[in-house]
Amino acid sequence: MQRWHPIWVAVGALGATAIFAAGSLWLGGFDPLTAAGALVRGSVGSTTALFITMTRAVPLILTGLAVSLAFRAGVWNIGAEGQLYAGAIAAVSVGIAGVGLPALLLVPLVLGAAALAGAAWAALPAFMRVRLGVGEVITTILMNFVGIYLAAYVVSGPLQEARGVFQQTDPIAEAARLPMLGSGTRLHMGFALAIGVAIALWALFRWTRVGFKIRAVGAAPTAARIAGMIPANRVILVSFVASGAIAGLAGGVEVAGVTYALYPNLSPGWGYTAIAVALLAGLHPLAIVGTGLLFGALESGAAAMQREAGIPQAWVSAVVALVILSVLAADQIRRRRADD
Amino acid sequence: MTEAFVLTAFLEASVRLGVPLALAALGETVTERSGVINIGLEGSIIAGALGGALGALAFGGAAGGVLVGAAAGFIVAVVFAAFAIGLGTDQIITGTAITLGGLGFTGAIYQARFGATGAALTLPTLAPMPIPLLSDIPVIGSALFEQAPTAYLAYVLAPALWYFLFRTEWGLEVRAVGEEPDTAAAAGVRVRWTRFWATTFGGTLAGVAGAHLVLAHAGTFAENMSAGRGFIAIAVVVLGRWNPPLVLVAALVFGGASALQFHAQTLGLDLPYQLFLAFPYLLTLAALAGWVGRSRAPAALALTWPRPR
Repeated sequence: MQRWHPIWVAVGALGATAIFAAGSLWLGGFDPLTAAGALVRGSVGSTTALFITMTRAVPLILTGLAVSLAFRAGVWNIGAEGQLYAGAIAAVSVGIAGVGLPALLLVPLVLGAAALAGAAWAALPAFMRVRLGVGEVITTILMNFVGIYLAAYVVSGPLQEARGVFQQTDPIAEAARLPMLGSGTRLHMGFALAIGVAIALWALFRWTRVGFKIRAVGAAPTAARIAGMIPANRVILVSFVASGAIAGLAGGVEVAGVTYALYPNLSPGWGYTAIAVALLAGLHPLAIVGTGLLFGALESGAAAMQREAGIPQAWVSAVVALVILSVLAADQIRRRRADD
Repeated sequence: MTEAFVLTAFLEASVRLGVPLALAALGETVTERSGVINIGLEGSIIAGALGGALGALAFGGAAGGVLVGAAAGFIVAVVFAAFAIGLGTDQIITGTAITLGGLGFTGAIYQARFGATGAALTLPTLAPMPIPLLSDIPVIGSALFEQAPTAYLAYVLAPALWYFLFRTEWGLEVRAVGEEPDTAAAAGVRVRWTRFWATTFGGTLAGVAGAHLVLAHAGTFAENMSAGRGFIAIAVVVLGRWNPPLVLVAALVFGGASALQFHAQTLGLDLPYQLFLAFPYLLTLAALAGWVGRSRAPAALALTWPRPR
């Protein structure tokens, strides 16, 4: 897969998506124009809506970065969803247990635990690929289901709220919560953190030897091995686990910044949407901030689309699929042009 | 309740839940033998489930549901094939997108038609058809031979597909395309055409699997009700070493893993029920870790053909 494609591939893909998405709405008896209006108003139509979009983008940017890191190393990590849940479970555990600790200590502990749990969740399929030769596509997807059911178990068993009424945990300690970026908004520090991770990854690929090795292994693992110097398996293992850590961090940031508690269905499928976020950005870390915001807008606008145009929420994942397919097709067409 | 009765009920549920896995995995076996891994199988299953429900409602019978379900699974696989085989896009990413799209579109269609919360549908069911004599065998007889007709389809397909793949010229072509597409092409086999129908055949069976879920098991449609069965089916193909009869056996074993959740209490297992829901996935992971070294995938599996330069 081409690592970076020009912006017009992304633009063409979005155009194709818009046409097919509107067509599917029209076929379903909905009015595409009303839907588009609601989408825009609901996502960027007011300051509040804009801040909601930015908040929604945080887990998408982080999981998108996780996916892009793995994909660049030639690792098909489809497991960001499960890694995110592992991170959320760890974050909520530490956030509840750490009552009494100062925020300066507790926030890093919570986020660190989340990253560690995500890394651990990715370590099993990573180990299975490197040592046992089991492809990671199916194993990471299976781990998603295990993570989702584990979260469902945790919130109705060991970590269920003290009242024991709802399937959710008690809220985490005040000191474990991320500070807001501005007074009067719900936009939390996780947004800045996500951008920080994006810049760090960009710098990693741009300037460091590790970044070069990851790209080399991803482009041609055998060549990298034969050329010497680059132990492909170790690079794969490290990128895989680091990808899991970033996805786990996404879960921790969501708990510490937005929900303050864990409940089933915390994620509406961010780990899968992340694939679209990463591919639309051509796997470029800085571009992922932009595509993450775009899908954040789609999510925050979806509520308005349902309210004003009656469009089912599930339609959003169909749009995510359309984006991925459009990017793949546009990239393929661009490559054929390049061959001529 | 006697122990034999509990065992029989558990075995019956194992087969009932194993059949959709078996159908999807048998189809995927042919698909993968041609060198294509269809991660979009889950999308075909969920489309088959919704198609099964809508078809049964429209035609007032379960048979109509199965046919519409098969058609829905076929159409989803055609979309996958158009991208992954026609355009030559990456099979893994394309399949993931097809699954997402399948879950998204079926959910949206269901909500648009039956409301956001979803009304419980009253559907005609695919009734068990006991086979004379065989269903009278103690314990296993009724479990294996008092099932919906879709189960018998799986039983018949397993040996038939084995014969097809390993004893017919057409089957040889499928395997050649999956092992050495360049050589096969040089010998005059139409590689992409072979892959196309092998893939859509798999999608059609996955559609039947989805219809079975709705009409023979759940009795209604629910969003995301395929619950990862497409992915487990792909693992089942690996565990069955790309050999249809072994794939059928592996699928029925995994049906047992899913059936545990319904019979845990009567079998005397007192564990949280979410752990039973996670069990089939954990078992699949463990089985993959333990078994995979002993089988070899088709050499050209997941590789686009012709190779991009």
